[in-house]
Amino acid sequence: MSARRPLPRWADVALLPAINLALAFLVSGLVVLLVGENPFHAIQVIIYGAFGYGDGFGYTLYYATNFVFTGLAVAVAAHAGLFNIGGDGQAYVAGLGAVVVALALDQTHWLLAMPAAVIAAAAVGGFWAFIPGWLQAKRGSHVVITTIMFNFIAAALMVYMVNRVLKPASTMAPESATIDVAGRVPQLRQFFSFFGYSPVNLSIVIAILALVGVYILVWHTKFGYAMRVLGANPTASRYAGISNSRMIMITMTISGALAGMVAINEVMGVQNRLVLDYVAGAGFVGIAVALMGRNHPIGIALAALLFGALYQGGQELQFVIPGITREMIVVIQALVILFTGAMEGLFRPSLERAFMLLSPEQKADAVAVSTAKSES
Amino acid sequence: MDLAAILSILDATIRLSTPLLLACLAGMYSERAGLFDIGLEGKMLAAAFAAGAVAAISGSAWLGLLAGMVVSLGTSLLQGVAAISLKGNQLIAGVAINMLAAGMTTFLGQTWFHQGGRTPPLGEGGRFETITLPFADELAGVPILGPIYADLISGHYILVYIAFIMVAVTWFVLFRTRFGLRLRAVGENPKAVDTAGISVVKLRYQAVIITGLLCGLAGAYFSIAQGSGFGNNMTAGKGYIALAALIFAKWKPVPAMFTCLLFGFLDALQIRLQSAQLFGIEVPVQAIQALPYVLTVVLLAGFIGKAVGPKAGGVPYTKER
Repeated sequence: MSARRPLPRWADVALLPAINLALAFLVSGLVVLLVGENPFHAIQVIIYGAFGYGDGFGYTLYYATNFVFTGLAVAVAAHAGLFNIGGDGQAYVAGLGAVVVALALDQTHWLLAMPAAVIAAAAVGGFWAFIPGWLQAKRGSHVVITTIMFNFIAAALMVYMVNRVLKPASTMAPESATIDVAGRVPQLRQFFSFFGYSPVNLSIVIAILALVGVYILVWHTKFGYAMRVLGANPTASRYAGISNSRMIMITMTISGALAGMVAINEVMGVQNRLVLDYVAGAGFVGIAVALMGRNHPIGIALAALLFGALYQGGQELQFVIPGITREMIVVIQALVILFTGAMEGLFRPSLERAFMLLSPEQKADAVAVSTAKSES
Repeated sequence: MDLAAILSILDATIRLSTPLLLACLAGMYSERAGLFDIGLEGKMLAAAFAAGAVAAISGSAWLGLLAGMVVSLGTSLLQGVAAISLKGNQLIAGVAINMLAAGMTTFLGQTWFHQGGRTPPLGEGGRFETITLPFADELAGVPILGPIYADLISGHYILVYIAFIMVAVTWFVLFRTRFGLRLRAVGENPKAVDTAGISVVKLRYQAVIITGLLCGLAGAYFSIAQGSGFGNNMTAGKGYIALAALIFAKWKPVPAMFTCLLFGFLDALQIRLQSAQLFGIEVPVQAIQALPYVLTVVLLAGFIGKAVGPKAGGVPYTKER
């Protein structure tokens, strides 16, 4: 067996994801070609739609805000070796916390309503992830299965809550009462006319704070260190005196709280009320974002921007090229997850070999290994 | 409730539990072989689309079924390559498959048929017909047993009967054949199987192939038996319910059948009732909808019995380090 050398850091964090991303785009391009459209034209439309003008860029940032939250949620859990697939459900139920607080405080000021709603949404979203965490830690049920189930339980719960509890008697549509202006998160367009009518709002500031916060938490605190030890080797962490079950529960709660921030962006920033299914799969995009961003805040910010651009550009695409619907974006997203997440083994070994042959000090080893191989 | 009403709800139960059962049995093969499969939903969806599209174009339900099985098999093999050969994360592979199927079916459906993602409605022959079992009409007059035979057991699509036959077949294959023994062993202790000179990789691929074919049947049921043509996101999370049923049944075929019937019954119930009275308390329909998931969580947590999956589940097999 050849001694496998790890890739240089830059290749691991940048080159490999870039190759996998390129492959995902290549396959998507082939799909576009298959239906008889020009993939280069499609890319042009996406880029212009996402970055070419103020409204478009604003929408890109608005989508990216959601994806930062769900991406961070997946990443924080991943550092502790947990796969939180329930970001969708956590972001969804967090809407309850957000809307209740926003409706209660919408006669005051957003400077009061917003932080209060952030805490409420984080608490509810965190709670929705804490239960699977608790079940994993104390009862040994697999967190992946439990969080999947909790997504569906959340969907049923929210239909009930919106229809039976939050819906005012006067409205027909399944939605809560409308939040008054003071309870809404200010839009960036109120400060910069550049953003036109796009819904990007101050939630993006929370997203940036969350990115910084997660960076500090994971790499510059004792807790983050314990989290990473648990993720790397649960047995070692137990012997190091870390309570694994406590870590699992706290990590899942943080993860759910981060996912819950989607509710601030959507409920208080865009819809101004609680509607059904407002998460629209953002939790699953978070998986792609975290994989693509290598669970690092900088990577996640870039990946969230990329997916934000794809979502906004995809909307544009379906207007300009009627042959391509925006589901094309879901396909690209799936391919990114497939290539960067599940099929990472496709390029890593050959890339490792290439680096072994390229770098002088490692070349001797590589030759030695290959001779040893041919002799055996 | 009179007999007719009870029969009608039980009849709906059988119809609704069939795709669950097929998908659940499909998942049983790969999970028993040590591969977590959260991609049942995606494979079914892909199969449903392929079956609907081909049946619409060719006008033949059988060709549709074949197409569904082929596409599901291909999807399953893609997942297999990622999970077995490339030793990728099986859960992430499943997520990718589900998303790929959701995106591709809607995208191709819209591009090819221009009906908002639906495939054209099926004409004569494009859809499976229900089968009337022998003597169903003659025996219908017999009290109680007659209607049960004529309405409940007779008069279903061929895929319904295949699903229930597959329960016995799966039981036999898993517990009474050499292949089944090895398959179960590979899910518990692949090292031991490897040491015995049996290929872990080959066995796991065989499992993935069976999973793909069965998901193909399940998917085709949606678009060319139960429904007439494919509609957007037609499987609507049934793949996840099948996964829940698989866990609830502790990865065993006969309990799987009863679990799928139970979940199918809950589904039939919630379609029929908008809300129910239970001991004087109003039970909202959403509670019935959430019940399969809640039950699975409760069972998985070991509050009522304990569901423990195959030990080697989720771990890619590496021959040596």
